[in-house]
Amino acid sequence: MTVPVEYYLVLSGLVFLIGLVGVLVRKNLIVILLSIELMLNATNINFVAFSAHLGSSAGQVFVFFALTVAAAEVAVGLAIIIALYRHHSSINVDEFHLLKW
Amino acid sequence: MTIPLADLVVILPELIVVGAACLLLALAPITPSTKKDWLAWMSVATLVVCFIVTMNGMGERVYAFSELVVVDGYASFWKLLLYVVSGMIVLLSIGYLKEERIDLAEFYGFVLLSLTGMMIMVSGADLLVVYLGIELMSISLYVMAGFKRFEAKSMESSAKYFILGAFSSGILLYGISLIFGAAGSTRLVEIAAAVNARGLNDSLVLMALMLLIVGFGFKIAAVPFHMWTPDVYQGAPTSVTAFMAVASKAASFGAFLRVMLEGFGGVKPNWTGLILGLCILTLILGNLVAIVQTNVKRMLAYSSIAHAGYALIGVVVAGWIGTEAGASSQGVASMMLYLAIYSFMTLGAFSIVAILRRGGLEGEDLDDFTGLAKRHKVVAFVMLLFMVSLAGIPPTAGFIGKFYLFMAAVNAGLTWLAVVGLIFAAVSAFYYLRVVMVMYMREPTSDQELETRLALSPAATVVLACAVAGVVILGLYPGPLVSFTSSAALP
Repeated sequence: MTVPVEYYLVLSGLVFLIGLVGVLVRKNLIVILLSIELMLNATNINFVAFSAHLGSSAGQVFVFFALTVAAAEVAVGLAIIIALYRHHSSINVDEFHLLKW
Repeated sequence: MTIPLADLVVILPELIVVGAACLLLALAPITPSTKKDWLAWMSVATLVVCFIVTMNGMGERVYAFSELVVVDGYASFWKLLLYVVSGMIVLLSIGYLKEERIDLAEFYGFVLLSLTGMMIMVSGADLLVVYLGIELMSISLYVMAGFKRFEAKSMESSAKYFILGAFSSGILLYGISLIFGAAGSTRLVEIAAAVNARGLNDSLVLMALMLLIVGFGFKIAAVPFHMWTPDVYQGAPTSVTAFMAVASKAASFGAFLRVMLEGFGGVKPNWTGLILGLCILTLILGNLVAIVQTNVKRMLAYSSIAHAGYALIGVVVAGWIGTEAGASSQGVASMMLYLAIYSFMTLGAFSIVAILRRGGLEGEDLDDFTGLAKRHKVVAFVMLLFMVSLAGIPPTAGFIGKFYLFMAAVNAGLTWLAVVGLIFAAVSAFYYLRVVMVMYMREPTSDQELETRLALSPAATVVLACAVAGVVILGLYPGPLVSFTSSAALP
């Protein structure tokens, strides 16, 4: 017995929405970064589910690409956050006032 | 498994640029500080070589890597434009980075890496390849925006760009995953087949289309996805701002239009309405908010949003159905022409901001332009030329760009849209000519300390000369570029 693809879509949709809302409402940069990761992982669930559903391995290859890009993004993002912390001693987005948000 | 040589030849320019970028990043730490300029000249030489390679390779449409990458006139046009723009950015940066005390040769490596991403974007025939190109471009730009790491403003700009950039890429990738489910592939040709077969009744296709438009909307800074633009453009080092405003926007438009026409061409009537809404909102907000800005960099940021609105007119025309044949391709061609002209004038305006200095800081406030015409006649006149061109007043290139864009709209039966564009062009003249007014009609300050001075390096002079030549020559003699764009446009 296999789980229908719709279930995976609902799961990934929920994970994506949690990430989306997290980016919009949370104030801590690290949490925002984690929320973005959730959005990217929702994508990975989709790719793998469709790959199994369609019987093509292409989707699984895409996951490797998405993971690699996400890792590169996090590496640069954390570096930026550390550099920012040195200026403001905080990573709360409400504290950044030099430029009008 | 071996990679066929023919495929590698197709992506030769990308290989050259990425190889040079890696070489620059490796050489940067071991180059003595007196020889850093050599690395800048090396990157310019790379761009010249790539320009020649791309010019020679122009011709029929060629696919490579089992239809992942496509090289056609359309891709080559964007690549040639991107080489010119990147070369000008590198030349501008030589003096600017020294002035700002961020004279790190890694900068040129990042310019070339970002350029590689843009080149991959415009020749991607597969959504995943387009996505990888966007990420390569964006990640390099996040780093470049934060290049003044000892300055809080630059870091804030970098952080904002990173958060919103990663957010929009996430949305875009989710759209790609949905269309993969609908089409079983991310190749544009197979997506087109699936979209034609299923139509928009399939909720997967509909959702994917919406998410892709939102994702690209962030990248081209269309309202309501523009909110990062003014902050990021103001905080980033000026040469980086110019690069983002010109090259990244041109490449995003290039990739956006290819995805829309080649992937979702079957449902044109459904997305043109949406793009039309974005286009009008962008024109209204970009032009109106630019009026109240007192910081020239921020004003130019809103101006670049407004110009994205004009370019979107071309996208709308390209997708508009029910008019005479050829109108669609005319829309594509007019958008390409507009963005090429926009590149020269915006790059020129940002270069002027980059070379003005007052009290050790950049002259980016409107006050810093006070009475510039009395002290520095030539620079003030050059700025006047760029402002007049941005406002779209003949005989400059800005007028030619708007003329062909509005002509394309009228030919497609969208006369009212051309009228809207014309009204906002008139509104924009107000804030562009205000800069001219401040330069020419006010007296400069008598205080020597506060006087605006120029940091004009020989390389920056070359950049200004190129930008002026672009604005004047394309304004008086646009024929060759017009015929080039119409032959290179997507059908």
